[in-house]
Amino acid sequence: MDKHLLSAADLTANDITRVLDTAAHLAKVTDRAIKKVPTLRGRTVCNLFFEDSTRTRISFELAAKRLSADVINFSAKGSSVSKGESLKDTAITLEAMGVDAIVIRHGASGAPWRLAEWVEAVVVNAGDGTHEHPTQALLDLYTIRQRFPGFDGLKVAIVGDVLHSRVARSNVLALTTMGAEVTLVAPPTLLPARVETWGAAVSYDLDAVLPKQDVVMMLRVQLERQRAGFFPSLREYARLYGLDGRRLDAMADHAIVMHPGPMNRGVEIAAEVADSLERSVIADQVANGISVRMALLYLLLGGPTEGFGEPQRGAPMGRGVA
Amino acid sequence: MSKTLLKGGRLVDPASRTDTRADVLVDDGRVAEVGPGLDAGRAEVVDCDGLVVCPGLVDLHVHLREPGREDAETIETGSRAAALGGYTAVCPMPNTDPVADNAGVVEMVAARGREIGLVDVFPVGAVTLGQRGSELAELGAMARSAAAVDCFSDDGRPIREARLLRFALEYARAFDAVIADHAEDASLTDGAQMHEGEVSAMLGLAGWPAAAEEMVVARDLLLAELTGGRLHLCHVSTGGAVELVRAAKARGVRVTAEAAPHHFTLTDEAASSYDPVFKVNPPLREKADIEAVRLGLADGTLDAIATDHAPHAREDKEVEWATAPPGMLGLETALAVTLTELVEPGYLELATAVERLTAGPARCRRLGGHGGPVAPGAPANLAVVDPAAAWTVDRAKLASRARNTPFHGRQLRGRVVHTLLRGAFTVRDGRATR
Repeated sequence: MDKHLLSAADLTANDITRVLDTAAHLAKVTDRAIKKVPTLRGRTVCNLFFEDSTRTRISFELAAKRLSADVINFSAKGSSVSKGESLKDTAITLEAMGVDAIVIRHGASGAPWRLAEWVEAVVVNAGDGTHEHPTQALLDLYTIRQRFPGFDGLKVAIVGDVLHSRVARSNVLALTTMGAEVTLVAPPTLLPARVETWGAAVSYDLDAVLPKQDVVMMLRVQLERQRAGFFPSLREYARLYGLDGRRLDAMADHAIVMHPGPMNRGVEIAAEVADSLERSVIADQVANGISVRMALLYLLLGGPTEGFGEPQRGAPMGRGVA
Repeated sequence: MSKTLLKGGRLVDPASRTDTRADVLVDDGRVAEVGPGLDAGRAEVVDCDGLVVCPGLVDLHVHLREPGREDAETIETGSRAAALGGYTAVCPMPNTDPVADNAGVVEMVAARGREIGLVDVFPVGAVTLGQRGSELAELGAMARSAAAVDCFSDDGRPIREARLLRFALEYARAFDAVIADHAEDASLTDGAQMHEGEVSAMLGLAGWPAAAEEMVVARDLLLAELTGGRLHLCHVSTGGAVELVRAAKARGVRVTAEAAPHHFTLTDEAASSYDPVFKVNPPLREKADIEAVRLGLADGTLDAIATDHAPHAREDKEVEWATAPPGMLGLETALAVTLTELVEPGYLELATAVERLTAGPARCRRLGGHGGPVAPGAPANLAVVDPAAAWTVDRAKLASRARNTPFHGRQLRGRVVHTLLRGAFTVRDGRATR
């Protein structure tokens, strides 16, 4: 693995497997009564959030705390950033404070790349603009792996606003790396230019695609896209691309439904689908997010191995052992 | 003023179709004599053996940032950068603060340029008040001012309303002035960050489709045809736009066009670093576009190489991609980039490349005394170039106040040795004299 986790494109199949294996191991910590190991004691992780995302921040915070790292939350709102401090100055400040890892969420695509140029600390991309969200992809793969024996030939549909979705980009990269067959389903206006080069199939017809899928991943669609003219109305969007009970019935019996959250119930996903106990793994995704982020922090910060029971094969893993 | 003899160089003077070994005698700011084996007499002899002597370069498109953003560039630092790049004439765009939309500002810019005296500064006036695209600026006042403006542009901001551009093209005919348009359909580029294509899709950056440039180029060409006005197209960057200009010229439309060095060398792939030094408007495009721009320069569809030199303060570029302003430096690298990327691989003959940097741009604006011919009686605006000298671009060493060159670290061939403005050295042995 690279020093940082910026893009799912930087992860090989081996990297991904290692993260998922490590996460599976660390998940046991979460099942204990005392959900904490001393692995990253003395290390400092900063959650640098320029966008509101309480769920992602909390997930990273819990992950770091369960590894005994010190966690600081730097939110752009109410900090010097809102008073006009640049990303570079924020980076220099955090560096001077000696943080070991910076988890960054930013509204501008590529912001984590800029940050990584200015700091020595490990940078983890927790979502940048309309670009990528690699930890989401990894937790999605982890969740899929809980239900399916492997990724090779697995059929995954990613449905919705692919154009603006960082979840879609990272998932396409990670899933295709693992050998899954991805189909992107969206109205043409919400597909990126030259999407045919992504190594995924493309369809405008959800009903035609659904019965063949093992996994159906729904993306959040934002009301502002309708206002910008990408589609005529949320109602029409829901009719053409929303996953409702009727469509759920058209899916294969073993197929699962995923959503990165937060959901627009009644738009891209009907309540009865979101809450379906047999099909929906949405709550699992949230739970798995913590284990996967623990694994990433562990691997990237190269913490000592004695912290969590039996060592992984080839431990210590990751680079950047301080 | 003293006499100077530029001896033994290869004189490349496209305006007189000269490309031969010849000496150039300069006396009292003018070319006194041109020919082989001239007698030096009392003139100082400057050995030009192995060097190319050509007209001083002419840049139709620069941003000198004064007045308003003197922290990024000033007329003085920009003039020095220009002289070091071999230029003797530059045309600064009006998007200053205040906007150069009245006689006062254009006169101030021209006067400041004269005072500094490193390069002739021919200001471009705004087409519309405040470049807001709603009402015409007083083109006549600027044309008749001491700055004698003969070119107007809302550069950086396309003229959205066809009606307004029509009137500008018609009205400017009274002064035989050129309207230079930045072709961009703003409704297609709202929020755009880079060229729309495979790379923008992967990078999650909103795209600026080639069509947004091409449809406005098409509109502009039709309006030039309708009005008979003189149209100049700034920084043509797509293959489609080159094709439109080629077809328009073939049917006799009065249009000239320029291309920027970064548009015939760099592709949208450069954005993958998310370093905003590669952010520019129009954006870096694809390989096929680079090829088309090169061929357009070769066959004369594109008349001029213009840098769109756009200095930005360091703090304005050391930010997230989306936050950074577009623009890159060009004055100190244009000649070498042209020689390295167009002449060396054989797209353009040396003489053609020199034409696109000198006589071509001078013709677009009728800048008398610049761009050649290098003939007795003409002002001695000259550049002496070592076409073989290899060097590596180092942004720290640029004379420009800004550092945003996309060519940092790049190995180039071709170095300006001397630049003469009306016979006086502004650059000597690669150093600015002032």
